[in-house]
Amino acid sequence: MSVTGDRSGTPSAPRTMKTGASVHGVRDVPESASRPPRGRRHTLLPQTLLVPAVVLFLLFTVAPGGYAIYLSLMKDKVGGGLFGDQNPTTVFAGLENYRSAFGDAEFWHSIGRMLLVAVIGVPATIALATLFALCLDAKRARLVGFARLAIFLPYAVPGVVATLLWGFLYLPATSPIGGGTVDYFGSKMVFFAVANVAVWGVLGFNMVVVYTSLRGLPRELFQAAELDGASELQIALRIKLPMLAPTLTLISVFSLIGALQLFNEPTTLKPITNAISSTWVPLMRVYTDAFVDNDIHRGAAASFLLIVLTVTATVAANAVLRLIARRSER
Amino acid sequence: MTAVTTAARTAGAAAPAKRPRTNWIPTVILLIGAVYCVLPVVWIVIASTKTNSELFSTAPFAPSFHGGFFSNLRALFAYDHGIFARWALNSVIYAVGGATLSTIVCGCAGYALGKYRFLGSVWLFRMIVAAVLLPQIMLAIPQFLLLAKFGMTNNYAAVILPQLVSPFAIYLCKIYAEASVSDQLLEAARVDGASEWRMFASIGSRLMAPALVTVFLLQFIGIWNNFMLPFVMLNRDRLFPLTEGLYGLLIITGGQAAQYTIVIVGVLVSVIPLATIFLLLQRYWRVDLVSGGIKA
Repeated sequence: MSVTGDRSGTPSAPRTMKTGASVHGVRDVPESASRPPRGRRHTLLPQTLLVPAVVLFLLFTVAPGGYAIYLSLMKDKVGGGLFGDQNPTTVFAGLENYRSAFGDAEFWHSIGRMLLVAVIGVPATIALATLFALCLDAKRARLVGFARLAIFLPYAVPGVVATLLWGFLYLPATSPIGGGTVDYFGSKMVFFAVANVAVWGVLGFNMVVVYTSLRGLPRELFQAAELDGASELQIALRIKLPMLAPTLTLISVFSLIGALQLFNEPTTLKPITNAISSTWVPLMRVYTDAFVDNDIHRGAAASFLLIVLTVTATVAANAVLRLIARRSER
Repeated sequence: MTAVTTAARTAGAAAPAKRPRTNWIPTVILLIGAVYCVLPVVWIVIASTKTNSELFSTAPFAPSFHGGFFSNLRALFAYDHGIFARWALNSVIYAVGGATLSTIVCGCAGYALGKYRFLGSVWLFRMIVAAVLLPQIMLAIPQFLLLAKFGMTNNYAAVILPQLVSPFAIYLCKIYAEASVSDQLLEAARVDGASEWRMFASIGSRLMAPALVTVFLLQFIGIWNNFMLPFVMLNRDRLFPLTEGLYGLLIITGGQAAQYTIVIVGVLVSVIPLATIFLLLQRYWRVDLVSGGIKA
C-alpha cells in the first residue's frame, strides 16, 4: 500500500519508519525492556512462527525478482525451419533489453510525465494536509469533527473508483464543474486532472497523520507562547510547523513513493480520453510491453529498471529530507 | 490516541460554559476542504437518481425523482446475469481472506522477531526493513510472469498469496511486541509452566491486539483498493474484484454514453459500504501506529 497517487500503495509504504520511530521514541526504549527472554530452555517456536512469512517472501518477492532479472537478460529468437515463429527459442541477450529501454525516448517521456504529476501532486498533498491539520488544531475552530471525517472519507474510496468518479466530473457531457468550458483533458490540464484525483484520495490520510503528530506535541509550549503574546498564526507557523518537520519528512517520502508508482488513475482515465496514451506513465509502459506487445523480456527489463530507480529515488529523498528536517530542528 | 478520542477531547476542551467566539479563518478553510472532499460523492449520489437522458439534460446538482435510481440499480444488478454481485463478493473474499491471513502471518513473524533472539534474527529483521523499500505494485508484473510460468494465474490464490507478506506490517508488529509484551509477564508464565506456544497464543497475541487490528485494516484497504495485481493476474471476469469489474464496465461502455448510468450507480454502490464500515471502525484505527509512533 502507498500514499500519493495510489492508495493501494499507501499504508504499506511508510518507508521512513526510522524517522517516525526515533521521533516518537520507539528507538529509545531501553535495551533491557526489549531484551529477549534468556533461553533457559531451547525452543523452536520463533523459527516456526517465521516460516510462513519467510516462505511467502521467498516465493512472491525474491523469486519473481530473480525471475524478472533472468527474463530481462534473455530474448526470444525466432527459430528458422518450417514452423518459423511458431517455435521461438529463448537465447541469452545480455544487456540488449536494457539498452533498448534506455535508448527508447518514449520510456523517458513516460518518466517525465510521471514526474510532472508528482511535482504537482506531492507538494499539494503535503501543503493541504498540513494546512487542514493546523486548522483542526486551531483554537475555537468549529465543525472540526465533521471536517475531519469529510476530508478522510475519500481514503475509503478505491483509486479506480475515485478516478471513475472524477472522470465523470471532468467529462464535458456530464461535468458539473464546467467541463464544457474548461478542457480538463487538454495537453496541460490533464496533468492537473490526474494529480487532482491522487491528491483527493490521499489528502485525508496524510492530514490525520499530521494531526496525530500535532496532538502529540507538548501543549505547554503553545500556552507559553500565547502568554508571551504570540498570535494563533505565529504559533502555527513558528512553533507547530517546525516541530512537525519529522512527520512532514515522513509523509513527503510516502507521497513520493506513491507518485512513482502512478498507474491506477491514468489507466482508468484512458478509456474516456485520448489525452492519455497506453504508455503514459512508466508502469503503463511496462504493462503494455508485457501484455499488449507480448514482449515479456523488454517488460521485465523495464520493470527491473523501474524498481531500481524507485528504490534509489526513495533512499535519496529520505536522506535529503532528513537532512533538511535536522537542520530546521535547530 | 485514536483519531476519535482526540476529536472528543478537542470538542470537550472547546466547549466550556460560555461559548467563545468562533475562530472563522480555520473553520472556513476546513469547510472548503470538506466540500472539496465530499462534493464528488454528493454528485455521484445525485447523478445515480437520473435516467440516461436526464443525466445530460438536467442541472448537475438537481436530483431527479422519476424512479431513475431504482431502474439504474436494477440494470446494474441485472447486467450480465448479475455479475456485479459476484464482483462485490469477490472483493470481500480477497480483502477479508487476504487481510486475515496476512495479519496472522505478519503477527507471528513480528512476535518472533520482537521477543526472541536466535541465530540470524537480527539479520532477518534488517532484510525486512530493507524490503519495506520495495515498491510492491511494481512487483506485480514479475509475480505474474513467474506464476504464469507454472500456469498458476487466474484464480483466487494468485491474487491473495502475493499480498500476504507486508514488510511494513511485520515491522509494525515487531516494534509493538517489543514495547507492549512485557518480559516479566512472559517470565512469570514460564515459571508457572506455560509452554512457549501457550505464552504466544494466550498472552502475546492478546497484548498485540491493537497492532493486529491496525495491520488488518491497513491490509484490508490495501487489498480492496489494489488494482494492478488483479489487473495482471486475472482475465476471467467472474474472478474480478469490484475495481476491476467497474473498470471493465467503463471499457465496454466507454464509447457509448448510453451506459454511463450503470457505471455511475456501480461506483455509488461500491463506495457506500466501505465508507460506512470505515467510518464506524474509525476508533480502532490507530494512525499513530502507522506513523511509527508507539507510546510505550
